[in-house]
Amino acid sequence: MLYNPKDIISTLDMIDNQHLDVRTITMGISLLDCADEDIEKCAQKIYDKICKKAEKLVETGEQIEREFGIPIVNKRISVTPISLVAAACKAESYVPLAVSLDKAAKKCGVNFIGGFSALVNKGFTESDLKLINSIPEALAVTERVCSSVCVASTKSGINMDAVALMGNIIKKTAERTADTGGFGCAKLVVFANAVEDNPFMAGAFHGVGEPECVINVGVSGPGVVYHALQSCKGEPFDVVAETIKKTAFKITRMGQLVAREASERLGVPFGIVDLSLAPTPAKGDSVARILEEMGIESCGTHGTTAALALLNDAVKKGGVMASNHVGGLSGAFIPVSEDEGMIAAAQCGSLKLDKLEAMTCVCSVGLDMIAVPGDTPASTLGAIIADEAAIGVVNCKTTAVRIIPAPGKKVGEIVEFGGLLGSAPVMPVHPFGSDEFIARGGRIPAPMHSLKN
Amino acid sequence: MKAIVTVSGKDTTGIIAAVCTLLSENNVNILDISQTVMDEFFTMTMLVETAQSKKGVAELASELDELGKKMGLVIHTQREDIFTLMHRV
Repeated sequence: MLYNPKDIISTLDMIDNQHLDVRTITMGISLLDCADEDIEKCAQKIYDKICKKAEKLVETGEQIEREFGIPIVNKRISVTPISLVAAACKAESYVPLAVSLDKAAKKCGVNFIGGFSALVNKGFTESDLKLINSIPEALAVTERVCSSVCVASTKSGINMDAVALMGNIIKKTAERTADTGGFGCAKLVVFANAVEDNPFMAGAFHGVGEPECVINVGVSGPGVVYHALQSCKGEPFDVVAETIKKTAFKITRMGQLVAREASERLGVPFGIVDLSLAPTPAKGDSVARILEEMGIESCGTHGTTAALALLNDAVKKGGVMASNHVGGLSGAFIPVSEDEGMIAAAQCGSLKLDKLEAMTCVCSVGLDMIAVPGDTPASTLGAIIADEAAIGVVNCKTTAVRIIPAPGKKVGEIVEFGGLLGSAPVMPVHPFGSDEFIARGGRIPAPMHSLKN
Repeated sequence: MKAIVTVSGKDTTGIIAAVCTLLSENNVNILDISQTVMDEFFTMTMLVETAQSKKGVAELASELDELGKKMGLVIHTQREDIFTLMHRV
């Protein structure tokens, strides 16, 4: 036999029993040529261009799925940050553009479209402000549009005016979507050091340094890593790291194959494979359970940060060799509501917001899909964003906040989002205020990059 | 184009015959085959060439899948690239 039957069976076992899948094929599309003074014309151009470029995206994805027997969970689209595309528009609100994106997403059959975004790490343009102020309504009246705002970067520091504004925007978005538990906030990410080629939602957008159109692929596979670690119980960490590396290699190779095929068939250049361990609410597809498999009694207790650091690093080391271009966020995700083990840990009290913040220092991406009480003040949300942005800015990494102040919900209650977004236990925030801190505004300067200690 | 067909399930008479008949009806050539039975559990992996077949791998996969369901077996058909890439550096 040209192939070892054991290898073949192991691949099938990964797909059938360990939730191995390609999480997303995301087509990035530049909309820079859609600018127009008339917002209706701009909206039409956006719709036409997306529908033309992504016409065959879903069909091609499904074809690859059938030929290789690999599940490809999501097909998605990311576009140029709308604040740039719309800058020429005379309109005061950009909601019509979000509606146009939503229509295009539905027409192409993708489940999310990212890029209702603004990059304001150093300051706002008028267009950025219009976009940000349109976010609550845009996310309430559309279904598939995702929004992100980058408020900080290592090179420019933290835009604290933007941080304060985003605290308010998150509150408003939650209120506008109160009937669905504040679901709008699940489609809104606040970034520090946002990346231009991220295929994962809700934070995907097509950066200005990217080509006209590009295919980026995000792989997943926490279940496969968890399963592999079960074979090295009690072994030293060297063995653990090696096992994760080998597993990550295999997972990434599959992503690379899918990316190459999709790129060839669509006639669109291949961008990157994003080596992320993205959990789902399904049992056995959890990042928290991997950490627990390393010997942590419950995710969030002492040792969790070190376990996560090892996991994140080993995934990268294994994955980098398996793909010719690696990019995006590349690391382990820790979205609370989307991870069965994280939900359990938050409910039993072992996982708190403070520990999650520490965990974000060593992994991608940040405080992700966390529900907090509906009466959390905007200034507290702003302060949470500022803390997370500081971690990203100082450590030269991407961090993000996707937080849901669930309207009317109290600590301990559950907010149901359904599907891949799962269900979020409402977690407590500190009762002490940060009003004066957030009210200052201005910018926190960019950090030093020598004299490191 | 080469593909790997894996068949697994409870051992009964005629599994190989049924799978091979379907393949031969579709002009699919079998290049290699490996089969074991452990505790009445049948597993078979085949390397096949689909170049002469009018049907693509995706279509063959769904026909084999249906055959599997009729016989109480699980049949996967996948292009071979996935195994080359995942298990060889």
